[in-house]
Amino acid sequence: MSRMKLTIEGDRHVVVTRHFAAPPESVYRAHTEAAFIQRWMLGPEGWSMPVCICDARPGGSFRYEWNNGKGGGFHITGEFIELEPFRRIVHVERMHMPDPTPDNHIVTTLAPDAGGTLLTMRMTLPSAEVRAAMLATGIEHGMEASFVRLEKSIL
Amino acid sequence: MLDSTFFALSDPTRRAILARLAQGEATVMELAEPFEMSQPAVSRHLKVLEGAGLISRRAEGTRRHCRLQHQGLNAMEQWLAMMREALSRNYDRLDGVLASMQRPSRTPDKKGRQR
Repeated sequence: MSRMKLTIEGDRHVVVTRHFAAPPESVYRAHTEAAFIQRWMLGPEGWSMPVCICDARPGGSFRYEWNNGKGGGFHITGEFIELEPFRRIVHVERMHMPDPTPDNHIVTTLAPDAGGTLLTMRMTLPSAEVRAAMLATGIEHGMEASFVRLEKSIL
Repeated sequence: MLDSTFFALSDPTRRAILARLAQGEATVMELAEPFEMSQPAVSRHLKVLEGAGLISRRAEGTRRHCRLQHQGLNAMEQWLAMMREALSRNYDRLDGVLASMQRPSRTPDKKGRQR
């Protein structure tokens, strides 16, 4: 199964780690160049990212727009705070549903690991209200597949 | 509990009602408005959502107000499951993107190969 690990740190943070069989430079570029981002940052099956604007420099902003081809969609906007090539990306982002959620501060670090890269992403856990809104948006936009799988994994 | 949750979420009208309630409390009348549906029909959906612990209703005079019940919809596990699902799919796709980057590019430049 997936080598991804997702853990809760304290009551405010989510930490995700994942190993990739590619050098940090590639992983970094895949996170900062629109042409690459558009190919993988798509969420559940059936979604695409028709708009991907990414100005990866400190103070630069980005905008990712998703849609499911059935009239459902949402977007995220954000700004880069720090960029240390091939090692570290610090940015803030918010979801628009359509009202913006509070800013989520995300630190992504890349470290050489067993011939590849260990990615660690540390983000702030959204508030209860924001989680409810994200869930409802996800449900409304056809992400219920996740719930079905959750159900199966519980039963 | 989970069974009733998934049953409640299986209907598009009920999902739309939840999405609306995520933006704040609403009366039954306000919830019925966007749907071409009678109030009693909407009330039936609300009863299912209430039974699943996803919303709560309270009466204020002649009006009935509905709101999301955070313990139900907002269970941390559900949110995390959605997050985990989206991220692991993303990273599985990223594996493929990275593999294609490793191959010599069609328009070779000095960065084409790194290892």
